[in-house]
Amino acid sequence: MGRYLIRRLLQFIPVFFGATLLIFVMVWAIPGDPIAALAGDRVLPDQVLDEIRDQYHLDDPLLVQYAKYMGDVFQGDFGEDFRGRPVWDLMAQRLPITIRLALLAFGFELVLGVIAGIVAGVRKGGFMDNLVLISTLVVIAIPIFVLGFLAQLLIGVQFGWFPVSGIQRGFMSYVLPAMVLGSVSLAYIARLTRTSIVENLRADYVRTATAKGLPRRRVVGIHTFRNSMIPVVTFLAIDLGALMGGAIITETIFNIPGIGRAVFEGVQRQEGTVVVGIVTFLVLIYMIANLLVDVLYAVLDPRIRYE
Amino acid sequence: MSERERVPDPLAPGAAEAEPVGGREGGLYADAWRQLRRRPIFVISGVLILILITMALFPSLFTRIDPRACNLADSLLRPSSEHWFGTDVQGCDYYARTIHGARVSISIGILVTVSSTFIAVVFGSIAGYYGGLVDTIIARITDVWFAIPTILGGIVILRSIFSERGLFQVSLVLIVLGWPTMLRLARSAVMSVKEMDYVDSARALGVRDFRIIRRHILPNAIAPVVVYATITVGVIISAEAALSFLGVGLQLPAISWGLMISVAQNRILTAPHLLLFPGLFLSVTVFSFILMGDALRDALDPRLR
Amino acid sequence: MVAPVSVVTDQIGGRPVDPNAPLLVVDDLHVEFRIEAGTVRAVNGLSYRLDRGRTVAILGESGSGKSVGAQAVMGIIDSPPGFVTGGSVRFRGVELLDLPEADRRRVRGNRIAMIFQDALTALNPVFPVGWQIAEMFRVHRGVSRKKAGERAIALMERVKIPSARERADSYPHEFSGGMRQRVMIAMALSLDPDILIADEPTTALDVTVQAQIMNLLAELQGQTGMGLILITHDLGVVAEVADEVVVMYAGREVEKGDSLAVYHRPAHPYTIGLMDSLPRRDVHTERLRPITGSPPDLLAIPSGCAFRPRCPYAREICAEAEPPTAEPERGRVSACHFWEEVQRERAGT
Repeated sequence: MGRYLIRRLLQFIPVFFGATLLIFVMVWAIPGDPIAALAGDRVLPDQVLDEIRDQYHLDDPLLVQYAKYMGDVFQGDFGEDFRGRPVWDLMAQRLPITIRLALLAFGFELVLGVIAGIVAGVRKGGFMDNLVLISTLVVIAIPIFVLGFLAQLLIGVQFGWFPVSGIQRGFMSYVLPAMVLGSVSLAYIARLTRTSIVENLRADYVRTATAKGLPRRRVVGIHTFRNSMIPVVTFLAIDLGALMGGAIITETIFNIPGIGRAVFEGVQRQEGTVVVGIVTFLVLIYMIANLLVDVLYAVLDPRIRYE
Repeated sequence: MSERERVPDPLAPGAAEAEPVGGREGGLYADAWRQLRRRPIFVISGVLILILITMALFPSLFTRIDPRACNLADSLLRPSSEHWFGTDVQGCDYYARTIHGARVSISIGILVTVSSTFIAVVFGSIAGYYGGLVDTIIARITDVWFAIPTILGGIVILRSIFSERGLFQVSLVLIVLGWPTMLRLARSAVMSVKEMDYVDSARALGVRDFRIIRRHILPNAIAPVVVYATITVGVIISAEAALSFLGVGLQLPAISWGLMISVAQNRILTAPHLLLFPGLFLSVTVFSFILMGDALRDALDPRLR
Repeated sequence: MVAPVSVVTDQIGGRPVDPNAPLLVVDDLHVEFRIEAGTVRAVNGLSYRLDRGRTVAILGESGSGKSVGAQAVMGIIDSPPGFVTGGSVRFRGVELLDLPEADRRRVRGNRIAMIFQDALTALNPVFPVGWQIAEMFRVHRGVSRKKAGERAIALMERVKIPSARERADSYPHEFSGGMRQRVMIAMALSLDPDILIADEPTTALDVTVQAQIMNLLAELQGQTGMGLILITHDLGVVAEVADEVVVMYAGREVEKGDSLAVYHRPAHPYTIGLMDSLPRRDVHTERLRPITGSPPDLLAIPSGCAFRPRCPYAREICAEAEPPTAEPERGRVSACHFWEEVQRERAGT
């Protein structure tokens, strides 16, 4: 296991620097004046422009720029917006809200998705199976923003069950956006679980477990389940990326002041530095989460530990 | 492999277990086609896709009205016999706009998917087949791009690099952010096919690598790629709409369903038709591609039925 | 010397166990699989009897129905699409086929155990082997986790897995093929079953390891007096180990009887064909003679005698009527219209 971890870390490091360098290059190293590109239509006084140039080390050669930038990042300096406020402050303020939203969405999609997948897989071809297959397909097909608006219209406004905007009503305010945010992932998880269960139910070890005289409940609930969860766990890592993108859209629609909406506002107000800063941060999170999931995968599947 | 598995068992039936598709290439695909033709989901999704492609190529078949012939006086009309889908803020016929919106979505969807798939198959096969250093390099580069989530990456690239955002720019971004997943899929498919005996025998016979890949490995490994590519068309269409919705995708005066929804969002209560129609078309489009992907998967991978 | 079998409860599912009955009597078993393409008649009239301490070998090629027959005894056939459509399976006098599933499950693993061909896929890859063996004690006997673990280690030692205590926490893929098969045997033997069904236990193993495993099984059988049903396609193993052999073809039994008698005086063209197609050091022939043709499609078994298309002795009657079961000697059965001729010709060779 130790060797596996070290290997994973060694793989992680070049990817980490590669991805951050990539973002950095895309933003700052393009031909033309990057500041102007980031500032958009804004007209800034020369003094401000100089300050920004200094802050982002734009007069240094590229790699030095990048090194200093990463140095800043590790100290928590993700840049400033055009009024001089540190991006970090903005993130510190907004992040907890998004975390709450994401956790709720995550729990929702995981619990419901896995249960739906198990029910569908165990009774393959049955009513529940077809129901799950069709409904997940529909949910995946409808783009998340359309889903969001529909949810707002129907559930929020027509039926009035949940608030559709802001976070004043505490926990209840998070419910609808979390359901929307988790909906597509829920569909994927349900399908993945189903496929995994179906495949595993046909496995030889299931026949052995049955021949051992174990009750069906145990054969499915313990033997098959452990094996079936492996691909789902892998998916969760990728899902986080989708959740981030989805958070931007969901927070915008439901007016939740989280980090996703901060990105959207940054785009709207042409605050390029804010956008870049937050995205860099989110990418870091994404990479770390993937690494953690790799470890979790090794815990679940002992065969991997020796690769 | 143990000795036992190589010596043919006189009591065993003639054919080998994992018969290479290369040898009965007609077999698997002809089988699949026959099956597909009968299944309702294939037929339904196929018909829908054909309609949508026709809509994209020849919008005039569906409407004579010019989507850009807008009359401010007709702003925000409800659906009626004159304007089937009503009108938008500027008084343009919404039905015409919705129909024309298909062109953007379908073209981006197909263009991006074909390009990503091509890159993914080429480099994925090389990585999967040769392994070693080549594989490591390709895998790391893929990981780097993979580490950037699509929407986030899309926002950054489209905002900072491009001053203009047309079909080409958006497509490029989606290709660049989409090939990692495809590549991983192609690579793992190639890696698992590479283990098969008939590849070993081809190599022992001195067949050149490129030929082995092309004639033995690819036909067998391509099935999951085809399935995934079909689904990807739907995903890309959805992604373009999302980017346009957020304001970093296509810009006006381009006609995109995502853009139309973005404009509609402030008025969903007063003019829900602005949201409903492009939303419906978008959903149905994505739905048909994903459904088609499902149908293909059922046909090409008999185990999962 | 046959040791006494472990204490048996005197009823199964409310039905009394008959102390005088043989361990297992399978009578005219029929199993079919209903699939899209038609009905596969996998087992068509299998019958045999197993007594304490004895070994019955079921010999046949892939598709002969030998595994399915055993699965029917265990009650682990996927249904649908598989259905047991006739016959009876009596374990110690108790009919198993119409027993409620809950009672059937208590017999499985407990009184009748089964091991499979490929231990790598037959064992669960994500749980340690000790855990999987101990599971038998925990589930069937309610033993505590710690005690069950100890008993698992004892079992691993009994099947001669070296360093059993340390290796109990290892996973199946960390063992060699032979060791994995020993783990399976340990798991099957954990509750002292009356019958062990071994479905091609050595097919996936190297030749030397095969011998070790077969010896182990013989030794364990000697210790416990359990009955062994050995499913195989290996004639050599049959001759050495089995008391009785049932030769199956296309789901039917074509020859049955004392294994040595069948080996020396075969009375069915298929059995003879099997023997002739194997290389043997003691018999000098110029060429091996494989059986021509290929096994039948079980969706459309040929009329009359199923072996007819490949049989060198085939005559008209073979296509019209199923061969009756004849008795070449006492306790032997042959399903061939011309068994006397076949046997005589063979003896003359």
